[in-house]
Amino acid sequence: MSSEVSLGIPELPAPDYPADVRARLETDAREVIARYPGSRSALLPLLHLVQSEEGYVTRTGIRFCAEMLELTTAEVTAVATFYTMYRRKPSGDYQVGVCTNTLCAVMGGDAIFEELREHLGVGNDETTADGKITLEHIECNAACDFAPVVMVNWEFFDNQTPESAKQLVDDLMAGREVRPTRGAPLCTYKETARILAGFPDLREGAVEATGGAGPASLAGLRLARGEAQARVVGQRGQTPEHAPPAQPPQDDADLHATPTSPSPAEHPSSHDAPRQTAESDPAHPADPVGEHAEQEEGDR
Amino acid sequence: MTVEPAEKLLAPVLSAFWDDPRSWTLDTYRRHEGYQALTKALAMAPDDLIAYVKDSGLRGRGGAGFPTGMKWQFIPQGDNKPHYLVVNADESEPGTCKDIPLLFANPHALIEGIVIACYAIRSHHAFIYLRGEVVPVLRRLHEAVREAYQAGYLGKDIKGTGFDLELTVHAGAGAYICGEETALLDSLEGRRGQPRLRPPFPAVEGLYACPTVVNNVESIASVPAIIHRGKEWFRSMGSEKSPGFTLYSLSGHVARPGQYEGPLGITLRQLLDMGGGMRPGHRLKFWTPGGSSTPMFTEEHLDVPLDYEGVGAAGSMLGTKALQCFDETTCVVRAVTRWTEFYAHESCGKCTPCREGTYWLVQLLRDIEAGKGRAGDLEKLADIADNINGKSFCALGDGAAAPIASSLKYFRAEYEEHIERGGCPFDPARSTAWADTSRTEAHA
Ligand SMILES: Cc1cc2nc3c(=O)[nH]c(=O)nc-3n(C[C@H](O)[C@H](O)[C@H](O)COP(=O)(O)O)c2cc1C
Ligand code: SF4
Ligand code: FES
Repeated sequence: MSSEVSLGIPELPAPDYPADVRARLETDAREVIARYPGSRSALLPLLHLVQSEEGYVTRTGIRFCAEMLELTTAEVTAVATFYTMYRRKPSGDYQVGVCTNTLCAVMGGDAIFEELREHLGVGNDETTADGKITLEHIECNAACDFAPVVMVNWEFFDNQTPESAKQLVDDLMAGREVRPTRGAPLCTYKETARILAGFPDLREGAVEATGGAGPASLAGLRLARGEAQARVVGQRGQTPEHAPPAQPPQDDADLHATPTSPSPAEHPSSHDAPRQTAESDPAHPADPVGEHAEQEEGDR
Repeated sequence: MTVEPAEKLLAPVLSAFWDDPRSWTLDTYRRHEGYQALTKALAMAPDDLIAYVKDSGLRGRGGAGFPTGMKWQFIPQGDNKPHYLVVNADESEPGTCKDIPLLFANPHALIEGIVIACYAIRSHHAFIYLRGEVVPVLRRLHEAVREAYQAGYLGKDIKGTGFDLELTVHAGAGAYICGEETALLDSLEGRRGQPRLRPPFPAVEGLYACPTVVNNVESIASVPAIIHRGKEWFRSMGSEKSPGFTLYSLSGHVARPGQYEGPLGITLRQLLDMGGGMRPGHRLKFWTPGGSSTPMFTEEHLDVPLDYEGVGAAGSMLGTKALQCFDETTCVVRAVTRWTEFYAHESCGKCTPCREGTYWLVQLLRDIEAGKGRAGDLEKLADIADNINGKSFCALGDGAAAPIASSLKYFRAEYEEHIERGGCPFDPARSTAWADTSRTEAHA
């Protein structure tokens, strides 16, 4: 029987990096290895490091890791293929990951993914023709209180809608500066990979960008302080005197709102984040807003 | 009689100054009494410190609730081997979203806790294993560690006590299973993240086969407050067996999702009360008390005290206190199918019940969701879940079975309806965060 499987000559060893690249990477690699009591612990960071050079884990990158750690290329490959963050083929400058784990999916992540798929004309793990964007499903990214969540190069874009996500990718493709809700102004995927390898982001302002905590992270703190009213109500309408601003208060809006390019006011994600809060169906047992709730509001 | 407003129950400790404009800096942390516990701890004998944490009753916040002081006590002393502390910052359990905001807003609470813990267990090298997909948090950890070295809280001869400690921040590369403590250790040794056989337990043979403590971020970050304010203060919150404060994470179809820090034993009803309830005009349908791996609850369980014993007695687990709330617009079959796809994707493949079982669960569930389910499928589903639960190599398998068994228990009729009518009766558009906004607009 004929077979498509090639049983011929084994693949030639991967080519090495050009000498100058190799020298630079070796310096970095030694710094990484020195952080660990056992050298093999440096393998995950070194795989991030080779991604920062070529954008994905190439055979050359695997050979480099193997040589630095005295492992076989098979051992390195076995590890590289286990983890989802290591790419096995060239991909875009910006990885746009839409969380489609249950909570985000239900809250709109599925709709956002569909919208982007159509808008960009690419499927899961595919890259746009201009090499700018790779679209991906991602799993829960520990930001469920900001659902639906989109990550671009592993920076947070919270409370997204199909419209805001579309604007986001349009901005990326047009080369406009894009800022996450939580995180630093975007750098390329390769630059991100270098941070993951353990090299601090030295850009001015990168650490402090977007301020302390995001608005949802402060929900309980604000209630405990009496700064936000319990069981009330953005956009409730009927009782405007009780309604807190639908957006975070001005003082931290500057820090936390979604200032995506070109300016916060113009980008949908900065103002349409669905943070509507209101009392629920009073008949419902899950919602304890009853007679005494109004009374407490008065008490305060 | 006036009723105490529910929000008075809250007790922000770790989150107390997250709204400070530069909350993540050493300066801010010090202004809020940061690193004062360390001075106190370094003046104690290490064994006394372990006993103190044990007496406080602090239990692990990573899911299993194991007493933290007892875990430290298991580290053999005088064994002439290096000891290690590994902080589990892999936070990937669906719904769980407390450690990441904690590290983003207040990384020094963790670092101070690490120095104290290492002094207690006589460790001179600690690691923070942070999931890789959160670069903003990684940046702040890099910076906080730099600041701590510069200020002499890390490095050689910490605060003149002769105690040395190195701290390495390590970014993972995307694998839920690496949150399981032994898989995490393999991953940190540069291998595929697959769980190890226990015994030997990490306390005896952990990282590089040396005695190792693996603790969750929130567990370690809670230690400085306990030392600084005293174990009696800590025990004044919560219950005898579940004392202290903790972070509850409210998400989903609630009016005000977010982090709520308060005493253990608070109920979802109280949290919803202060948080504004479910979104307007909707009812709670099902929720998880501690992430997708903990059996789901319904509105019957609104008054279950959210502590280790209370949730356990009601048939689930406190887990990570990730309260994912879904309203009546949500199809439970869709929710469970998606979680199951997650477990199948994340199964490390080491053991057969989980590797094969999760695959078949996904096939069955996808069919049922798409209206192609057949009579007998529900029995098959329950049977496979049962063959994974308790028969797998690690707790990921049990977690995969939990949503299936619990949803079949409370919502069997909804599964049957999918099979009988040959399709899903729900409109996913109604569950989205913007569903009601656009409806209101359309009517306006
Ligand atoms: C599949 C799986 C994933 C886990 N993920 C995490 C995690 O992301 N973070 C965490 O702290 N514990 C996680 N755990 C629990 C850890 O194995 C371990 O119990 C915990 O880190 C111990 O810390 P603690 O005693 O402070 O809670 C996970 C367990 C399993 C089975
Ligand atoms: S239960 Fe699943 S994740 Fe755990 S060892 Fe078995 S295959 Fe791996
Ligand atoms: S489900 Fe999307 S961040 Fe948790």
